[in-house]
Order: sequence, then C-alpha cells, then structure tokens
Amino acid sequence: MEDFVTLDNVALRYGGAKGTLALSGADLKIRKGEFAAVVGPSGCGKSSLMKLMTGLQPPTEGAIHVDGAPVSGPLSITGMAFQNPSLLPWRTLLQNVMLPLEIVRPHRHQLASRKEEYLAKARGLLKTVGLAEFEEKHPWMLSGGMQQRANLCRSLIHDPSLLMLDEPFGALDAFTREELWGVLQDIWLEKQFTTILVTHDLREAVFLADVVFVMSARPGRVIATHRVDLPRKRTLETTFDPKFIDIVHQIRNQIAQIREDSKAA
Amino acid sequence: MSEAMRRSIEASMPWLVVVGLLVIWQASVVLLNVPSFVLPAPTEIWAALLQYRGPIFQHATYTMISTMAGFGLGIVVGLLIGIMIGSSRLVYAGLYPVLIGFNSVPKVALVPIIVLWLGIGQPTAIATAFLLCFFPIAVNVATGLATVEPEMEDVLRSLGASRLDLIRKIGLPRAMPYFFASLKVAITLAFVGTVIAETIASNKGIGYLMIQASSQFRVALMFAGVGVIAVLGIATYAIFAAIEKRMTGWAMRGKR
Ligand SMILES: Nc1ncnc2c1ncn2[C@@H]1O[C@H](COP(=O)(O)OP(=O)(O)OP(=O)(O)O)[C@@H](O)[C@H]1O
Ligand SMILES: [Mg+2]
Repeated sequence: MEDFVTLDNVALRYGGAKGTLALSGADLKIRKGEFAAVVGPSGCGKSSLMKLMTGLQPPTEGAIHVDGAPVSGPLSITGMAFQNPSLLPWRTLLQNVMLPLEIVRPHRHQLASRKEEYLAKARGLLKTVGLAEFEEKHPWMLSGGMQQRANLCRSLIHDPSLLMLDEPFGALDAFTREELWGVLQDIWLEKQFTTILVTHDLREAVFLADVVFVMSARPGRVIATHRVDLPRKRTLETTFDPKFIDIVHQIRNQIAQIREDSKAA
Repeated sequence: MSEAMRRSIEASMPWLVVVGLLVIWQASVVLLNVPSFVLPAPTEIWAALLQYRGPIFQHATYTMISTMAGFGLGIVVGLLIGIMIGSSRLVYAGLYPVLIGFNSVPKVALVPIIVLWLGIGQPTAIATAFLLCFFPIAVNVATGLATVEPEMEDVLRSLGASRLDLIRKIGLPRAMPYFFASLKVAITLAFVGTVIAETIASNKGIGYLMIQASSQFRVALMFAGVGVIAVLGIATYAIFAAIEKRMTGWAMRGKR
C-alpha cells in the first residue's frame, strides 16, 4: 500500500525566530485507508501536527505530502474535528453539521438541487451519535460532550478521504465514549478513509488504530510506532485480549518514561 | 414577592418615574408661581400640544422622514465601511484613524458647509443625520468582524474556504449583534442630526417649529416640540431594540 500522508523532518516554531518550538524533526508515514492514532504528553505538539497536515499552518522546516502532493494550503479532501468544537452559535446543530457542504466543491453548487439528500445525510449522522432530537437546538444549549459529537458529524458530512480528529471524545463519560468508538469504527470500516486520531486515552488509540505513533515531550517528534494487528471488527471484548492489554502497557510505559525524562531535564 | 409581580413592577418603573417627575414639575411651577414664559407647567404644554396638533404632526412627519432617510444612508454606508475595515488590515490601517478624526469634529460645525452645498431644506437635514449616525454602525460592524474567534475561522479554512466565504459564513453573522446594537445608538443620533439641521437651515420640521416658537415666545409650544422629539426617539429606539432581540437571540444565549 502507498503512503497517503508523509512528514519529513518537520519542525514548527510559533511566533518568529525566538518563539516556541512546538515540533522538531517529526517523521511520520500513514498509508492510504489506514487508521492512525497519535499519543503523547500534553503540550507536545499534537494539535500543531494536525494543523500542519490540514495545511492551516505551514511548517517552519521540512516537507508534508498528502496523496503524493506537497501540502501548501487547506485541502477540501480533509475533514477535521478540532479539539475545541467551535460550533457556530447562530446556527442550529443541523445547520452546523451542514456547514462543510456550503464550502466544499462540488457540494456547494449542489446545495439546492440535492438538499433533501444532504439533509437526510446530516440527520443520519446526528442519529448515529445520538443527537437526533437535538438537531434544532443551538450549540450553547448542549453539553460539551454533545457539542463534540456534533463536531464529529460535521467533520464527516462531506465524505472526506482524510479525516483528522483531535481528541474528539475528550469530554465524554466512559460509556458514551466506548459506544462512539464502535460508531466511529463502523463508519471507518464502511468508508475506508485515512484517519488520524489524536487522543490521550491509550485504550482508545489501541482500540481504533492500525498504527499508534508516540510523540516525545515538546519539541515533539515521533519516537515510537506501534502496529496494532488485532482483528477487525474490534469489540469491547477486544479490550480484554492480552495482546491489547500488552500494547497499551508498552505505550503507557513509554509515555511515563518521556515524562520522567522531561522532568529530569 | 413573586417573580411575575417583580417583573411587572420592573416594567412599570420608567412610567412611574416619568409620572413622578411630571407631578413634581407641575407642583413646583404652581407652588413657586413660576411664570409660564420661563417654565410652563406640564398641563400648559399638553394644552399647546392639543392646540397645535395639526402643524406639530406635519412637522414631526417631516422630521421623521428626514431622519429615516439619513439613517437609511447611514446603515448602507456604515455597513460598507465597517465590512471593509473589519475584513482587511490594510483598509483598517488607512481608514480607521481618519474616521476617528472625522468623528471628533462636532457635526454642528459642518452644517453651514452642508448648507452651502445642499441649500436650505431636507437634503441638508438628511445629510446631517447621516453624518452623525454612520460612525457607530461602521465601528461596531468592524469590531464584530475583527474579533471573530480564529478557531471558528480554522474550521472553515481547513475546508478550503475563501476570504469571501469566511466573511459571509462567519464574519457577518458574528457581527450582527454588534450591528443591531449600533442601530439603537445610530437612530437616536440621526434624530439629533435632523433636528440640529432643522434649527439652522430649514423651513419645516420640528427643529424649525421650535425656532419659530422661540422667536414668538411661545414657550409651551417649544416644550411640546421637545416632548414630541423625545417620544419619537424613544419609539424608534424601542423598535430597533425589539428587532435586535429577534435577530440576535443566540448572542444572548436565550437569557432575555
Ligand atoms: N497559536 C500558538 N501560538 C503560540 N504557541 C502555540 C500556539 N499553539 C500552540 N502553541 C504551543 O505549541 C506547543 C504545542 O501545542 P499543541 O496545542 O500542539 O499541543 P498538544 O499536544 O495538542 O497539547 P494537548 O494534548 O494539551 O492538546 C505548546 O507548547 C503551545 O504552547
Ligand atoms: Mg491539543
């Protein structure tokens, strides 16, 4: 399989030459259709990595390629759920989920003619995350976890071929979270888009991903890659599989080690 | 005290204050024997209002038309300038200081110049109303556009949105509460502008009526004019406050 996303020796510095060095020497390869997870200590540059790959932020050094072409600006084949849901407060949930269709070609020119189809799709997505009855509510009437779920729907509505999720389940309780793992896995198994998931939850990473990248403390770079070859479709039973537990343990130890090292430094 | 009762008392407070002030006014004029050419009693003003209701209505309508025309112009120009300033750093850098300078000039000083260009009459009143009221609209719209959360823009930019998309989908909706809030201020200023112009260069309108009444020493009629302006100002303010509430409920998070 070919590489869909590659990062070569990428560095990112915020705010000029004396600013914060968020990433340095980051290398990473993700194959087409693969589900990748990125884990690492807080502040190590995971969200920055996502911004680089969406083309929102140019790298200070190094090169980023998506689908064979260098990234020079935002790509409409990506869908992104940001860490902060940033739903538009003047729109209802349904209108918020429809937003990408008003921007991305060719959908933006077909809004009128395919309205029913689009609406049905948005409603379907809201239903899969359990928000069907809230479609007419405004975001500020919803809990943080509900907003995150709507955010996930918004990132999926235009069928992206590269999906980026920045801690999409951070504000959810353990049960809803595990339920949504299943939902996300189902969607991914059906559509087979390349996915990059940033998370703090190591079980979540191992449950969902084919490959887990572990990042060092800031300035972040990828220091370990774990292949998860557990069979699909995974269920909650999988999380009790000794192999699953073993991978989670390995990653946990690595991150603990990183934290020790960065404290000592 | 029950919630409903407290709310109805709160709603009637402005009326109570007005009635209270009128009663004190009437009582002091009567008790202190103030001559009516200095300060007429509310009852006299009311009598003058009834006596001259025909001309007052005509002049008030005229003032109202000038104000609305100037206000309409102010909305169009204010929106345009606001959008330009708020969405381009370059325009902001160039235009903002000029606008601030312009706004610090007392507009009364401009009326003679406007008269020179537009002559005596309605165009001058409209232009003065416009000059007074476009500034708060422009500044508010610009503020609304310039303070858009970068996170919201990122959501759209990551999908490849153009600058125009950003303004249409985020900037303008986001600026609407600022816009409607400025309308309340602007309509009041438009009234001020019209009446100022009418007192200086007009032969119609409430401002003109008051100058006439003043030269003929009809003090009660002057006060009636002030009263009419106040009522018009409050009424239009209330209308725009209601529109604001309807259009931008999301910004209040449904609190009001
Ligand atoms: N816009 C910015 N301007 C300046 N510095 C920034 C900016 N965004 C992030 N940083 C810095 O870059 C570093 C990495 O931030 P980033 O948000 O990528 O971390 P993260 O790994 O996503 O953290 P978390 O897990 O807590 O979300 C941090 O030290 C942060 O202070
Ligand atoms: Mg982050």
